[in-house]
Amino acid sequence: MSDLNHSKIIKDFPTLDLKVNNHRLVYLDNGATTQRPLQVINAMRSYAEGSHGNPHRGAHFLSTKATEEYELAKEAVRNFINAKSTEEIIFTKNATESLNLIANSYGMENVHKENEIVLLISEHHSNILPWQRVARVKEAVLKYMYVDDQGRLPLEEIERKISDKTRIVAMAHMSNVLGTIFPVKEIIDYAHSKGALVVIDGAQSTPHIKVDVKELDADFFVFSAHKLMGPMGIGVLYGKKDLLESMPPFLLGGDMIEYVYEQEATFAPLPFKFEAGTQNVDGAVGLRAAIEYINKIGIENITAYERILTGYALEKLLSIPYIRIQGPKIAEDKGGLISFTIDDVHPHDTASILDTYGIATRAGHHCAQPLMRYLDIPATSRASFYIYNTKDDVDQLLEGIKNVRKWLGYGS
Amino acid sequence: MDLSTIYTQLIMEHNKSAHNRRELESPDLRQRGHNPSCGDDITLDIKLEGGIIRDASFHGHGCAISQASTSIMIDLIKEKTVGDALNLVNTFIGMIKKEISDEEILEKLEDAIAFQNISNMPARVKCAVLAWHTLREAIA
Repeated sequence: MSDLNHSKIIKDFPTLDLKVNNHRLVYLDNGATTQRPLQVINAMRSYAEGSHGNPHRGAHFLSTKATEEYELAKEAVRNFINAKSTEEIIFTKNATESLNLIANSYGMENVHKENEIVLLISEHHSNILPWQRVARVKEAVLKYMYVDDQGRLPLEEIERKISDKTRIVAMAHMSNVLGTIFPVKEIIDYAHSKGALVVIDGAQSTPHIKVDVKELDADFFVFSAHKLMGPMGIGVLYGKKDLLESMPPFLLGGDMIEYVYEQEATFAPLPFKFEAGTQNVDGAVGLRAAIEYINKIGIENITAYERILTGYALEKLLSIPYIRIQGPKIAEDKGGLISFTIDDVHPHDTASILDTYGIATRAGHHCAQPLMRYLDIPATSRASFYIYNTKDDVDQLLEGIKNVRKWLGYGS
Repeated sequence: MDLSTIYTQLIMEHNKSAHNRRELESPDLRQRGHNPSCGDDITLDIKLEGGIIRDASFHGHGCAISQASTSIMIDLIKEKTVGDALNLVNTFIGMIKKEISDEEILEKLEDAIAFQNISNMPARVKCAVLAWHTLREAIA
């Protein structure tokens, strides 16, 4: 399918050897979380065995080692998304915490009465709920941009919703339901021309397509490690340095201070101001290993490979009369993620039946209830790909879908 | 796991059947039940007469397991007293949790015994019990 040494890549992932219900595991739930290669597993193990200490505190061998590991991870992230400096890279628990940090720290300080916050209707709940709270507390207005019937965002809708009143635009780079890759660069430029800041949720995009925060000119950009073959429990918040400097800390406690007196305190410089308490160094080590793994393959190669795979899956799925696809129907408009429904079958039945054939998919509202209501469907099934998936996996999925219909009493 | 123990013909028939799927006119009880994590969403309508469930129906949407379980439950509770219906709910939930296995007791569940194996599919237990919890909320 491309120049990638695919059989070698697959061997890096122990999970892919699993048998599930006596079938080869076909893992198509990468939009939820990805499997980890040996390179990540081993890096975390080696940290635990030879470098584990509490960083930034105490001058002993292991503390120093842990600090070094943590800083190396910061630099790897900086380089991966092309931020100017590691001062702009804050480690959090996950993309959700990053978004909460932005809303609570920047949003609560800078959004005022009758200001507008503009979201995309397809946002994940994690990029809706924090803004609902800001809007409620600050008496601001929450507005939504709506996608068209192909899951794309029309230019007129952007121009209709983003105005001089807009303080913040918060949106996903890639939809976790529709798979659409949105033209964030154009939206950021337009929002800036209206004086608004833009928060990009890169949880779905960062694992699959090249992200360059400088080129995008994003004000904030967030993602999670576990969706790019890293561990759970560590996420990233990128913010422009002048914005982060102007913001109050989110969590207060150890490691984020300069001086603490009985009645007041001063805070540490960036990025430590936003990293209260002992940080997830294990996670940072795993994240760095995951980024190095991606870099070795080349993110452009990952994008190209997934586009071919998605195109193949779309072509096959579109040829089945009882399948409805939500979102773009051409691979060029989307990442490696396809939401679909099977006529007369509820997505939960689809997921359960596919699971008995060893096929892992996601079913439900995908933490995007406002989008589901807008599309007027209760739920979808979702197959999402990564670098270790193959055409054979897609073929297994198609075979499984035929079985779903059969089990529910319909001819395939 | 053997799918045929879950997706049985009986359950599939009830999933497709519409005989209990309607809104009652001026029901005495109307109770909505919802699984927020998966989106199953049903509303039970019940007509009572002297402590007896004279008619019952449901509307809403969900997976085959939740829809069939609701329909089978409605068939079972019609013309039963509220007290008997509550006992059946407890027996059903006891069966799902594997706390009740005495066949003589389970026989009272009639067709609903088809869900006995649902705990082999842990992710779907909440689908099978949704209607029963909803009924308990309505009448308890």
